[in-house]
Amino acid sequence: MTKQRFRSFASALALGASLFATQTLAKSDITIAMQLEPPHLDPTSAAAQAIDSVVYTNIFEGLTRFMGDGSVVPGLAESWEISDDGTVYTFKLRDGVTFHDGTTMDAEDVKFTLDRATAEDSANAQKALFSGIETVEVVDPLTVRVTLKEPNGNFLFNLAWGDAVIVAPESIENIKTNPVGTGAFTFGDWVQGDSITLNRNPDYWGDQPALETATFKFISDPTAAFAAMMAEDVDVFDNFPAPENLPQFEADPRFQVLVGSTEGETILSTNNKQEPFDDILVRQALAHAIDRQAIIDGAMFGYGTPIGTHFAPHNPAYVDLTGNSVYDPNKAKALLAEAGYPDGFETTLHLPPPSYARRGGEIIAAQLAEVGITAEIINVEWAQWLESVFKGKDFGLTIVSHTEPMDIGIYARPDYYFQYDSTDFQALMDTLNSTTDPEERDRLLGEAQNLISNDYVNGYLFQLAKLGVAKAGVQGLWENAPTAAIDLTGISWDE
Amino acid sequence: MLRYALKRLLSLVLSLAVASVVIFAVIEVAPGDPASFMLGVNAQADTLAALRAELGLDVSKIERYFNWVGGMLAGDFGTSYTYRTPVSQMIADRLWVSLPLAIYALTLSTLIAFPAGLYAAARRGKPGDVAVMGATQLGIAVPNFWFAMMLVLVFAINLRWFNAGGFAGWENGLWTGLQSLTLPAIALALPQGAILARVMRSALLDILAEDFMRTARAKGLSRRQALWRHGVRNALIPVLTIIGLQFSFLLAGSIIIEQVFYLPGLGRLVFQAISARDLIVVESVVMLLVFAVIMVNFLVDLAYAAVDPRLRSRT
Repeated sequence: MTKQRFRSFASALALGASLFATQTLAKSDITIAMQLEPPHLDPTSAAAQAIDSVVYTNIFEGLTRFMGDGSVVPGLAESWEISDDGTVYTFKLRDGVTFHDGTTMDAEDVKFTLDRATAEDSANAQKALFSGIETVEVVDPLTVRVTLKEPNGNFLFNLAWGDAVIVAPESIENIKTNPVGTGAFTFGDWVQGDSITLNRNPDYWGDQPALETATFKFISDPTAAFAAMMAEDVDVFDNFPAPENLPQFEADPRFQVLVGSTEGETILSTNNKQEPFDDILVRQALAHAIDRQAIIDGAMFGYGTPIGTHFAPHNPAYVDLTGNSVYDPNKAKALLAEAGYPDGFETTLHLPPPSYARRGGEIIAAQLAEVGITAEIINVEWAQWLESVFKGKDFGLTIVSHTEPMDIGIYARPDYYFQYDSTDFQALMDTLNSTTDPEERDRLLGEAQNLISNDYVNGYLFQLAKLGVAKAGVQGLWENAPTAAIDLTGISWDE
Repeated sequence: MLRYALKRLLSLVLSLAVASVVIFAVIEVAPGDPASFMLGVNAQADTLAALRAELGLDVSKIERYFNWVGGMLAGDFGTSYTYRTPVSQMIADRLWVSLPLAIYALTLSTLIAFPAGLYAAARRGKPGDVAVMGATQLGIAVPNFWFAMMLVLVFAINLRWFNAGGFAGWENGLWTGLQSLTLPAIALALPQGAILARVMRSALLDILAEDFMRTARAKGLSRRQALWRHGVRNALIPVLTIIGLQFSFLLAGSIIIEQVFYLPGLGRLVFQAISARDLIVVESVVMLLVFAVIMVNFLVDLAYAAVDPRLRSRT
């Protein structure tokens, strides 16, 4: 290094150091990319997860809320009392909470919200969450009494869903395009097809968030997602769509990769009412014909936790039942022969668009072929899947990630698309719903997991991973996804 | 001229009417219910029915068709099922991206094609011609989405001259808007420009072989003067045809490029709307694109007549 060069190098260093010293104000804006754009911004009248990703805990809050670790904590309800028989919940609301339009949040708003969700013409996508509500009464402006038809141990959990956030009658009319909630961020702007901007709410009842503005950008193409991250156009990619590129981000000091878990049990859904899957031996054979790890490695590039039942491994009540369906093609063949299909059979495999299904489906079809089962792959769009598979029940096999949290209850619905009809399981769910003791609930949940695993209702593949990519300086991102949410309140820059 | 224009206008209206029936039929036949798409797997039957009624999906298809066409004639494109905003407003927003992008790309492709075609035609058979033709061959062969990714890799990720995608919006100034459209426009312009250059060259070569060109040379014009004064104008007809086709293609067909650069354009709107079964948006946008294509063809027909007086009298 020549002297001249050295001098400029040193002054550059000094300049850098002084910049560093004077820069006391950390960056307060962030650009977060997600794959899908929300259709509108009302979480109480659509199933689209993208809506919750943008608004949950940011714009809208519920009586209770999920934390990043999946626990349910008080939200707009400061505290509550539950009657001894478990049917009456008395919520004490936080004082001094206002909506973004300046109106006060009080018991009337809570009543309005819950009544709206249970109403006859309700468009709530999760109306079942509220179906147990008998009456909602306003005791005083800060006290609400909710009476249930029967005890429901899940009630506080249900109220934490994005579909149960508190909305106000004053602003309900335009909620889809101009959402008005109580959260730490207010709705700023929406350039449809491109981005949504949220701004900090100076009148927020809780702690002020570190971020001043947040922009959500919508990038659906995996290659474009990679380019946007690499060019540093975006700071965070909420759920990165191309797992094959993650090692590149891991190796790059500019970025951090957050691998967490979602609530998505990815299963080889089986039509339990269709021949030959109405025979438990065939379903058992299916379970042994599948090599989970090969699917996780091949379709998800190693990201994903094997599951042996319909339950999230990070849940304390989870029981590892992968042992019930160890990969064993010979056993699968023997079981098929025992069931009367020594030469296998033909069936259909419907694959919706996500890569876990399309890529995983190819691998599963190959694995099934090894034991003699010919699965005809049919690629479908979501709308088509809902119509023919979910509603029409016209399928043999399909691959879907069930992303609703704690959704083992779907096995108690005989008309649900995989058509599992077990009175034992239905009775078990009834007992569970009326049980409030946490330990007893965990025991019952374990029993339920065992029951569906032993009945080989579906092929249990893996828990869908949440693959976040962010710039190295971003802190406070949720690693897991207990619900679809990008909680901005805890995010800050460390630079 | 007027008769010619009226005739073209009549065929335009008929084409539009046929197109509306075809579009509606094709889109309605595709399986998938917008309401169940929106409400997902846990929706209850009564919720679905309530939403269908709210969206106006509970009436017969024929009634819906006439509501749709009637609305469009009155300038009302309906309301999007999923976004719940007027479709006309959504289209207008997206046009602010798609239209400038198409114009930008077409300008670039014309700027590449004219000089290249002229140069090659003037130097027929010489190394310059061979080089230009080789380059255009390559320009046609390269898929534009791949070329787009290469542009992103070089200019956005390595050099950082441009953003990797997205649209900054016109409200931040003309330059910012143009900047976000530059890489997509180049990606779109390359194959179009290559095609146009080849058309330009062969059209010119055809003209150069004509008797009137020999006459022009014989009366003392230089090769270059003859080419400019008599050649280019006569070569414009096939070139205009291609430009017209290209413009409609750029407006409607930039869907892949919009996807690669995540631009909020018309193509992406259709793509999103199809997967969400937002039927009314798909129908209206496709209808609008059909209208645009037919209009462009109509204008090109009129432009022929302007360029070539023979066409006016012939019809």
